[in-house]
Amino acid sequence: MATTSTTVPGPSPLSTSRSFLARLREGDEIARLITFLFAASVVLLTVLLVFELWQGSALPRHKFGFEFFRTSTWDPIADQFGALPFIYGTLVTAAVALILAVPLGIGAAIFLAELAPARLSDTLEFFIDLLAAVPSVIYGLLGVFIVVPLMRLYIQPSLKSTLGFLPLFKGPAYGVGFLTAGVVLAIMVIPYIISVSREVLLSVPRDQREAALSLGATRWESTWKVVVPFARTGIFGSIFLALARALGETMAVTMVIGNTPTIAASLFSPGYSIAAVIANEFTEATGDLYLQSLIELGLVLFLLTFILNGAARLLIVITSQRGSGMGNA
Amino acid sequence: MKRIAAFLLVALAIGAVWAQGALSINGAGATFPYPMYSKWFDEYHKKNANIQINYQSIGSGGGIKQVTEGTVDFGATDGPMNDEQLKAYQDKHGSPVLHFPTVLGAVVPTYNITGVDATLNFTPEALAGIYLGKITKWNDPAIANANKGVKLPAEDIVVVHRADGSGTTYCWTDYLSKVSDEWKTKVNKGTSVNWPVGLGGKGNEGVTGTVKNTPNSIGYVELIYAESNKIPYGTVQNSSGVFVKASLAAVSAAAAGAAKEMPDDFRVSITNAPGKASYPISTFTWLLIPQKFADASKRDALKGFLKWALADGQGYTEALSYAKLPKEVVTKELKAIDKIQ
Repeated sequence: MATTSTTVPGPSPLSTSRSFLARLREGDEIARLITFLFAASVVLLTVLLVFELWQGSALPRHKFGFEFFRTSTWDPIADQFGALPFIYGTLVTAAVALILAVPLGIGAAIFLAELAPARLSDTLEFFIDLLAAVPSVIYGLLGVFIVVPLMRLYIQPSLKSTLGFLPLFKGPAYGVGFLTAGVVLAIMVIPYIISVSREVLLSVPRDQREAALSLGATRWESTWKVVVPFARTGIFGSIFLALARALGETMAVTMVIGNTPTIAASLFSPGYSIAAVIANEFTEATGDLYLQSLIELGLVLFLLTFILNGAARLLIVITSQRGSGMGNA
Repeated sequence: MKRIAAFLLVALAIGAVWAQGALSINGAGATFPYPMYSKWFDEYHKKNANIQINYQSIGSGGGIKQVTEGTVDFGATDGPMNDEQLKAYQDKHGSPVLHFPTVLGAVVPTYNITGVDATLNFTPEALAGIYLGKITKWNDPAIANANKGVKLPAEDIVVVHRADGSGTTYCWTDYLSKVSDEWKTKVNKGTSVNWPVGLGGKGNEGVTGTVKNTPNSIGYVELIYAESNKIPYGTVQNSSGVFVKASLAAVSAAAAGAAKEMPDDFRVSITNAPGKASYPISTFTWLLIPQKFADASKRDALKGFLKWALADGQGYTEALSYAKLPKEVVTKELKAIDKIQ
């Protein structure tokens, strides 16, 4: 391929008119077609997925319509299905996870990329990548054996005694619930945020830092005011990745969330998430309406991910337009 | 070249003969009897090298679905198929599907109460009240009166149930529906139900883990699971008023108590069965076998297996903590095998 392309360049400065066949012979067109097919298959797969979920959930869509999103009874025996508690649980646990994981993850990434000696940074990065590769069931076990007892015995009672006036921290402390699921999810997504954000920060050109330092900025000022804004898009990307994982996580969540479809202001309350209920009930779902309602939950999860990702992208566009003159994106 | 071709031909012929010789039968369904079934299929294969039965424990719901769709040769379930499901099968295949009880299981209440080591006695009213969320304290008279001499704390009861759909939940809710009208109208029975109160744990291990980790909690698990993991469990009052601790003998007694009124299609619930020695939260588990087989060799092989499982096969049950079928049921089933055509 390399040899053919070096022999040709002569006669084609205005190559747009070159025949398709000629380009095909050179291999360019073939490569273009093949890679196009690969790219198209991703779109195709997504479309197919939505189509299957849509088709597979015809019964509950017709029977419940919009009520599916508004009601909160989930009764397989009475054939009554409402998704609200599951949507609520999914959003609340993901929110708790991000609130905890984003500052921690980005802070750690800044330290590793900007402040830590290179050798320490590389060593730690190895461990972080290792954490990202741990199967979620292991995090679930960690949650059951360590986080849940810690929550019940220490964290929840102390939150109750200090911040108990807030509706967020009321009610009996079972150990399992929204807060615990959020904490376990946070532990799971932090490695993603650190790993991706660190790479992005490291790829910020040296000139940017040197320019800031030469203008008399301190090291922290150059990091916080120049490097981080420059890497903003990539950092947001790491947060989306974390969000996607938090929304769709099944095994670890079901082990610590309490698996009770409730909507409660208190983070101590047990709850349920969409992914968890699908995993738990799919194998034994017998009636058609029951099975299809679970499939519709899958569709809801897909839409939720879609909407949140879209909103997040919009946020990037808006913030980078308002821009602080870094205009890196 | 010719020699290679000849060799290939011979290899192909041997392969064909071998493939014909080993008859492969596929089944899917309930997870609860899976250890028993895999032992049976293994032993039966040892005795009949030409028959290989494969079983996937995908859950009772999946078993019913797959046998109805005809993607497996037989199914297995912990709760009998309902009339609607039987009709769906009949409509699709033009002939019915038959239920064959194979072994028995039971569900036991397990608890973790601070400061209480004694084996607690549970009345049906207490269990239904706790799971309905009406009895909320451990020292409630409904519990305390059946446990004189045990100092029960004035603490809130934390109720734990299965989060995943399961035959265990079916048996437990079937029992509660029989002993409590309020449960029957409000919740009813099923592999997953709309629980009035409580935390959900995934699998027997999830319920056990939650109960162990949560002071003053109560949950329910399979007898086999409780036995093999040395989990303490309470007694339950049966329909004759006796508090019975679950055991293989007490479960078989429940089946024998119910055997007198066994319907011809074997779809019977043996929860709250009559008899002084009966453990009330017991259940059969069933194989689902089509009445009509297109493939005569598969039919004969399955019939042979069933006969063996009901006779010699029952000898393997107790080592795996399953209760044996009572004699009356076996006799009746052996007759029913002839229905398979």
